Amino acid sequence: MNHSEQHVQGLSRGSYLFSMIRLSLLFILLCGIVYPLVCTGIAQLLMSDQANGSLIKSSSGEIIGSELIGQNFTDPKYFQGRVSSIEYKAEASGSNNYGPSNPDLLKRTEESVEAWKANNPDVPVSQLPIALITNSGSGLDPHITPESANVQIPRISKLTGLSSSELEKLVQEHTEGRDLGIFGDPRVNVLKLNIALRELMK
Amino acid sequence: MAILQLVAVIVILVFLVKPLGAYIFHVFSNEPNRTDKIFGPIERLIYGLTGLKNRAEMSWKRYTLSLILTNVILVAVSYLILRIQKWLPINPNGIDNMESTLSFNTVISFMTNTNLQHYSGETGLSYFSQMAVIMMMMFTSAASGIVVAIAFIRGLTSKGKTLGNFFTDFVKAHTRLLIPMAIIVTLALVALKVPQTLSPTVQATTLEGGTQQIAIGPVASLESIKHLGTNGGGFMGVNSSHPFENPNPLTNVIEMLSMWCIPAALTYTFGRFARNQKQGWVIFSAMLILFVSFLSIVYTSELRGNPALNALGIDASQGNMEGKEVRFGIAQSALFTAVTTAATTGSVNNMHDTLTPLGGLVPLAQMMLNCVFGGDGVGLVNMLMYAILGVFLCGLMVGRTPEFMGRKIEAREMKLVAIAILAHPLIILAPTAIAFLTDLGKGAISNPGFHGISQVLYEYTSSAANNGSGFEGLADNTTFWNVSTGLVMLFGRYVSIVALLGVAGSLAAKQWVPETIGTFRTDTKLFTGILVGIVLIIGALTFLPALVLGPIAEHLTLLK
Repeated sequence: MNHSEQHVQGLSRGSYLFSMIRLSLLFILLCGIVYPLVCTGIAQLLMSDQANGSLIKSSSGEIIGSELIGQNFTDPKYFQGRVSSIEYKAEASGSNNYGPSNPDLLKRTEESVEAWKANNPDVPVSQLPIALITNSGSGLDPHITPESANVQIPRISKLTGLSSSELEKLVQEHTEGRDLGIFGDPRVNVLKLNIALRELMK
Repeated sequence: MAILQLVAVIVILVFLVKPLGAYIFHVFSNEPNRTDKIFGPIERLIYGLTGLKNRAEMSWKRYTLSLILTNVILVAVSYLILRIQKWLPINPNGIDNMESTLSFNTVISFMTNTNLQHYSGETGLSYFSQMAVIMMMMFTSAASGIVVAIAFIRGLTSKGKTLGNFFTDFVKAHTRLLIPMAIIVTLALVALKVPQTLSPTVQATTLEGGTQQIAIGPVASLESIKHLGTNGGGFMGVNSSHPFENPNPLTNVIEMLSMWCIPAALTYTFGRFARNQKQGWVIFSAMLILFVSFLSIVYTSELRGNPALNALGIDASQGNMEGKEVRFGIAQSALFTAVTTAATTGSVNNMHDTLTPLGGLVPLAQMMLNCVFGGDGVGLVNMLMYAILGVFLCGLMVGRTPEFMGRKIEAREMKLVAIAILAHPLIILAPTAIAFLTDLGKGAISNPGFHGISQVLYEYTSSAANNGSGFEGLADNTTFWNVSTGLVMLFGRYVSIVALLGVAGSLAAKQWVPETIGTFRTDTKLFTGILVGIVLIIGALTFLPALVLGPIAEHLTLLK
């Protein structure tokens, strides 16, 4: 750059660079420290429940989980969530990322179908919803579709002695519709549903 | 119902374009206006603290140099922070220092607005690094993109010979646009249950009596700027499919509109600068036409599902739910995929690796075109580059010197445009070929068959388009992948920025040509059609062979 242009800018090369360094550090402070801390402060002050992860606590104050994070249910008396390759371990997140043509995907799904047949002899496979035997993106999906809950009712009814109509009512109460009536899909929160189921079993 | 929610989101976007575009125009027109009262004092403080009180107009070279030097300094400081994060404050989970090639990849990735992540957020970064490096770069890289667009627009439309002052633009992009919008979106997200805390991982005793560790953190403040800045790097490993990052369909809509609104609104800003609103809408319509076409492919393909699973005799009417979340279903997942790769954000609310072959072709194709809305700023610049190419080709056909925005397009501009257009396929296809020639590259593939080709192709396309999403099965945290994608991201970002600011500088210096009856008008429906056609033809000519080897071959295999 020629001398006259430097003069116009009103800056020598050294102070130009120095200004840029100061500007960069200032933005690290502003965007990287001040902004998130201010947001954290406001959020904690005004909306502490949401800001701390929408935790569900037992009557004794113990943390059972978060209403947003799915849990692993192995006891067939409970409603089962979706397949999770990480078994709902929420310190991390992820899935196997099986491509549609991956033979392992087909193998895993066939195994799920066999397991379904063994545990739910009363419900034909043709009624088994695909959402229940596919891996969610996060491995932490807290929801199942209402259909996925309903097909589990015969099994749970047999194991717990609760009537089908009671369980149907329970599922219906826990079915959330689309947001604002149009966005997303209807869904059932498995953890909340199972907490209510446990109350019924008592 | 499903189609209705797709339409609803697009309609909201269209209504946002005018007010936001006009606001951005007022921010950068540098005329006095009402908002000076609020933001003026803060900006004066920043200029005072940094010794930038005199901010003269800059030539395109000086503007570009200032942009690049500022980015270099930010990269250097951030690299240092990642390498020593273990010893820095706000690290309640005791995260270790980051390895050198991964740190290199990470800082390049965030500075170039790519946000390719070869680390996993929960285990690889301290809260301090998440804030001081990741969130900071999400602002500064987006601001860098926006000022490039503004400088480019000034070059095309103003009668002065300069492109403005980089520092003024850069500061204002933060103070008047990104920071206020980010705070609003953050608080909206927290209200809808996205966490925002500095407490460490939560420990829960599950209903069945086991223990569950739940990673948490200042998620909302990252989530907002991640989308507004078309960045896309998630707080958690699985990005916006994680229920903490994106807990419900409403947050999903907010996140989509956040990443979509600035690239879309900039077309209106362009119209305002050009004093020809129709010109802005022509660009917007071309983008929207391309977008809707791609969206319908990914939506119908996912709804139809995976033939291999459908054949198992289960109730597969919902579609391909592998890698998707129940709360989003097919519609909100397909829309998110289309938006995030159009706006080259790269956040994902479903796993792109698990998309059906034709569904997965859509994100790939949009990143290859790189101008269907595109990232903050750079998307508009890329589309205007195609517009210049369009008038050039039309000019050749009728034998007239092509003109765009009242300026003659000549050899120098066309050479620079050609560099920008050719660089993109070169840095995608050459590294993809190299990766297949070596075991270092091939060894990372996790899905056998043609899908493996798509995995590698996707990784480099995403890097070159500065998108950052991935076919995440790829085991990409190795020296080979960290370094090669790092370089692709660098070239993908800066080659076209320098070339196109060069075009702007060159056009700004030219005489205006008065419009006559023989002038080829660029603010008509005909030109919208030409623009869409040119983008598709150039894209198809360069990328179709690669697409045939990957997703199209896989599709045909599955049908068999």
